[in-house]
Amino acid sequence: MTEILRTEGLSRYFGAVVAAEDINVTITEGEIVGVIGSNGAGKTTFINMVTGYLPPSAGTIAFDGSPIKGLGPRKLMRKGLSRSFQIPQLFLELSVLDNLSMALSASESRHLEMMRPVRTPERIAAADEILTQMGITQYREEMVTAMPQGARKLLDIAIAMLANPRMLLLDEPTSGVSTEEKHTLMDTVMEVVKRRGLTVLFVEHDMEIVQKYVTRVLAFASGVVIKDGPVEEVLADAKVQELVTGKRRGKNIETQEGGA
Amino acid sequence: MGLQKSEIMLVAAALAIGLLSFVIPDWLAFTTTLAIASALVVLGVVMLMRAGLVSFGQGLYYCIGGYAVGMGGRFLGVTDALLLIGMGVVVTVALAMVLGLLLTRYREIFFAMLTLAFSMILYGILVKSHNLGSTDGFGVGDWTLLWFDPEGGKGSRTVLWLATGVGLAVALFLNRYFGSSMGLACEAIRENEVRVEYMGMSRRQILYINYVIAAAIGSVGGSLTSLAAGHVDPTMAYWTISGEFVFIALLGGTGHVAASFIAAMIFIMVRTYAVELFPNSWQMILGIVLLMIILFLPKGIWSLFTRKRRVAS
Ligand SMILES: Nc1ncnc2c1ncn2[C@@H]1O[C@H](COP(=O)(O)OP(=O)(O)OP(=O)(O)O)[C@@H](O)[C@H]1O
Ligand SMILES: [Mg+2]
Repeated sequence: MTEILRTEGLSRYFGAVVAAEDINVTITEGEIVGVIGSNGAGKTTFINMVTGYLPPSAGTIAFDGSPIKGLGPRKLMRKGLSRSFQIPQLFLELSVLDNLSMALSASESRHLEMMRPVRTPERIAAADEILTQMGITQYREEMVTAMPQGARKLLDIAIAMLANPRMLLLDEPTSGVSTEEKHTLMDTVMEVVKRRGLTVLFVEHDMEIVQKYVTRVLAFASGVVIKDGPVEEVLADAKVQELVTGKRRGKNIETQEGGA
Repeated sequence: MGLQKSEIMLVAAALAIGLLSFVIPDWLAFTTTLAIASALVVLGVVMLMRAGLVSFGQGLYYCIGGYAVGMGGRFLGVTDALLLIGMGVVVTVALAMVLGLLLTRYREIFFAMLTLAFSMILYGILVKSHNLGSTDGFGVGDWTLLWFDPEGGKGSRTVLWLATGVGLAVALFLNRYFGSSMGLACEAIRENEVRVEYMGMSRRQILYINYVIAAAIGSVGGSLTSLAAGHVDPTMAYWTISGEFVFIALLGGTGHVAASFIAAMIFIMVRTYAVELFPNSWQMILGIVLLMIILFLPKGIWSLFTRKRRVAS
């Protein structure tokens, strides 16, 4: 079991607001980790710091044994750290195939070609493969604006996967998706994850989903990790029930806004 | 295969202009040359627009291209047109590489205003340069094209051929460029910069390269204009000229390289007739045309073609 991600004393303050404080987490290769916590608990802030979007106020981050604090998203992508977003970050006025072709082209080389069409046969084949795996082939030629929220989430995750990451951080992959569709979506995603042998950390508000897919849970409250351990243990914890799961079940789940 | 078709179409259009050049009157040859030259600058504006940026200062490079031709002949004794154009490109690229470092940090109105400011600085310098004729500018000397000597009544034809050849080369290049990884990356930046970074691409590098190429093409447009007109003056860098390029870019839209050429031709024709028929209100007519375009053809006249095709298929 080799360690892939380690944070020590990771903190982030927005003025007087404590978004994240003293987060010490070690994740080993191949783990599927769930992150829970009520709105504003610091989950997105944590992902933003790890993926280089938000500079931490204090602490260190190491990926694959080397320090990565201060590196931007671009460099981290190339090291094998990829992410999806709470609100899908897509090229809305471009076709789905162009979104994927761009991702593939970017992952191949840091020098973009100027004279060769971006849609090469190889890239189209790779894009079709992930579209099939994700079950969103019917939107292939559509603009992203024509896709429903659930399909956008899947495209956002598909793009994150095309970078050939070793670790994937998914920020609320099922938010904005109907309760019935959530399980199908996660089945789809986790199947691809398993096939590619990725390490995954994902934020989730639905405890059923958490129980179904993860082995380990990090519980956030007010910017602090209040509990870190096996699913059953964390969900049975009195403090977690009080601050995270107890009051908020069924509430607020569909109303996520904000975050990167 | 759409790409292939576009290329054949562009080559055919260039050949048609080449053939027609023998039968059309001088004024039309001249107008066509100016339209092609303007279209090149407009294509630079379109390149930036595809990346979500509006330049109100592309006249800067248009003017440098023009003055390079004038000054190269006047001070250095260079007469070959291609060499003169090349000199403009070298100066332009050098300047754009410096300004690009700053400009790629800015977006929206800040980018627009900065580009405008830089072009107005050049305008201000030229107006104060008495040895360059101040506001009057100066005449471009006689030039040659490889083994051609455009004198002897054929000057307007030679420059049209030159413009057509150069225009074709640029159009073919940009047609490829727009469909390439680099071209798509510019659109991606317009759509979502966060995602661009998270795909591992450098926004600034992409915008920088795109900016420098757009500048170089604008410079070529300026050089061709001055070769055709035989005269340069500081208004080439004035903001209203840059505004015209933006106007034509909106008229044509960003859908296809050919649109800029068609739009430039329409613009110059409309302006010519509007000035003749309504000498006091021609700007108003252009304004109304622009308003109509924005209201009814937000993607430019090119959407007329694509719309028909979609209905047909
Ligand atoms: N850019 C910012 N500026 C100021 N405060 C911020 C910023 N980003 C986050 N915060 C604050 O930091 C805290 C943690 O926010 P974060 O987005 O990490 O929560 P979260 O756990 O992802 O919540 P949610 O479940 O709603 O997505 C919140 O109080 C939030 O208001
Ligand atoms: Mg969040």
